[in-house]
Amino acid sequence: MHDGAVPVLDVRNLKTVFSTRSGEVHAVNSVSFDLRPGELLGVVGESGSGKSVTMMSLLGLLPSPPAEIRGGEVWLGDTDLLTLGEDGLRKVRGREVGFVFQDPMTSLNPVFTVGFQLTEPLRTHLGMSKTRARERAVELLELVGIPDARRRLGDYPHQFSGGMRQRVMIAIALACDPKVLIADEPTTALDVTIQAQILELVKELRQKLGMAIIWITHDLGVIAGIADRVMVMYGGQVAEHGPVRELFANPAHPYTRALLQTMPKIHGARDAKLRVIEGQPPVMGRHPESCPFMARCAHAFDRCARENPTRRDIGAGHDVACHWDHRTGEPVQDLAEVAS
Amino acid sequence: MSGPRPLVEVRDLKMHFPILGGILRRQVGAVKAVDGVSFDIQPGETLGVVGESGCGKSTVGRAVLRLYEATAGSVIIDGEDIAAMPAEKLRRKRPTMQMVFQDPQASLNPRMTVAGIIGEPLDEHTDWPRAKKLERIYELMDAVGLNRDFANRYPHAFSGGQRQRIGIARALALNPKFIVCDEPIAALDVSIQAQVVNLLERLQDEFGLTYLFISHDLSMVRHIADRVAVMYLGKIVEMAPVGVLYDAPRHPYTEALLSAVPEPDPSLEARKDRIVLKGDVPSPANPPKGCNFCTRCPRVMEICRDIDPETVQIAPGHVVACHLVTQHQTTGATGGTEAEHPKHQQGEVL
Repeated sequence: MHDGAVPVLDVRNLKTVFSTRSGEVHAVNSVSFDLRPGELLGVVGESGSGKSVTMMSLLGLLPSPPAEIRGGEVWLGDTDLLTLGEDGLRKVRGREVGFVFQDPMTSLNPVFTVGFQLTEPLRTHLGMSKTRARERAVELLELVGIPDARRRLGDYPHQFSGGMRQRVMIAIALACDPKVLIADEPTTALDVTIQAQILELVKELRQKLGMAIIWITHDLGVIAGIADRVMVMYGGQVAEHGPVRELFANPAHPYTRALLQTMPKIHGARDAKLRVIEGQPPVMGRHPESCPFMARCAHAFDRCARENPTRRDIGAGHDVACHWDHRTGEPVQDLAEVAS
Repeated sequence: MSGPRPLVEVRDLKMHFPILGGILRRQVGAVKAVDGVSFDIQPGETLGVVGESGCGKSTVGRAVLRLYEATAGSVIIDGEDIAAMPAEKLRRKRPTMQMVFQDPQASLNPRMTVAGIIGEPLDEHTDWPRAKKLERIYELMDAVGLNRDFANRYPHAFSGGQRQRIGIARALALNPKFIVCDEPIAALDVSIQAQVVNLLERLQDEFGLTYLFISHDLSMVRHIADRVAVMYLGKIVEMAPVGVLYDAPRHPYTEALLSAVPEPDPSLEARKDRIVLKGDVPSPANPPKGCNFCTRCPRVMEICRDIDPETVQIAPGHVVACHLVTQHQTTGATGGTEAEHPKHQQGEVL
């Protein structure tokens, strides 16, 4: 999509469909993005925007049925993950791609010690001996800032606080030195002061280890602080994508624009009344032929119902999927699409 | 402060939950969820309560409505102490004070229709005929922006934001004066939060409601509240009018809390000098000696580990519990009336 280094991860036209009793749900509708070495890509969206399902589709983490990957390519280096079977994927998960989930209490196993859960990937993926794996586990816990690491290996998850548990999750995800780290709402369950600690840690780890990160969140504030590029998702597709400063300075999609305006600020003037996005979030991907934001959009017109907009380049590495041109305030004339 | 009598007066409220242990299940300790909290709320005002999980903010909300039996302290609502009120009298008082809960999924009975849910307080507290009740239910649905045609549907048929509107309509049914909103938007999507907050503000104007607005979302509290109380480990560490608290916080915890909020502005985020607190909140079952915040405070002093700071008023309506502030005042740096009475208890001055 852009020049520069070869991406570590390149996702093209990914489509995931859920079969339900009331028909098909297009949960991921032709999503494309790439991730370059060492960068942090922020993925923003509300519940039902398809942000988590996209990431789970990449690694074959969705149960099938009901989920079915209808198409697309997911290139990790020179392997298309979608062509791998379960055995092949198992070698990728945890080793090439690390995962951090939202709630560390439910994603850590309560009946095993933290030490066991940390050494498990090292022994299965890297074939380390028990003692070597333990040494590495101590290193990892120290890396994520857990004091008294050696002693804490014998502790169970419930003996850690929420913030410390999330540090353990990050340590597990980093265990095999993955190329890509996918973090799905990793700070949403944490308090703000603890969130600030984790964000600091991630910034520090990026400098030390230089891995590429996909950070999924609904919090535009978090994204503004840590991301290099941002992808805004709505109704199972990419609404807008661009470098973080460009996107926040010149939001182009009516959804992004409205979202930034509805959020009250912690500094500056207080608004008498909050701006509102009317209507309800979409029932996920029922009508893939029309724009998912149409019903709530202040600028929608007849074309939006007929034709789901594709992403068009608007310069500075920024693209948007919308028939309305934010610069002119008029419907888009030309049909220059983002080459994918 | 002079002026009209506050609608809500809370004095030295304590809520200690017993910890039972041993074979005989004797009390071996107490979780001091709320440990000596005092505040007033004026009629028509919104008092925001912020803090991290476990700081006791929700417990305050529940104890104020006597959903918990408080361990100590008084709660005077509209001139009557509800903490000491006999049950039957309290029941008759309930219509004036209501609550909106965090999770509209859990706080609405899935087997009742919307009309049943909104009408339940009417069944309980009025002897109106059916038609009048139904009229009132429709009126409430209009007020919160729900379509009347959906009165016979069940909660599962609604989205999160709509369910929260049902919860708000139920709270309004008996024309309350005072509503405790306990994290009313925390479970909602960002684009829906503003809708619900605007609704709460409109209803406040229309019906002259008084709110206790409990939230961990500091930006939203800044928007909706007139005054804000910051809680840490069961105590109010700072309380001030909203502008003062956000622009000139005096307690190190308030400063750190505000600086930890990520802002949706990349250039601002890059410039920001963030105060990152070390460690976690201590357990309220075993709070530290001295000031509760001394284990994490970036500006901790010797005295903080020894003596719990008193709550002092440093400006009209601005109270702080911190040795930094107390010391500054006792050394005579300011010449105002506050400096002459540095140890004013908040209860006396308000």
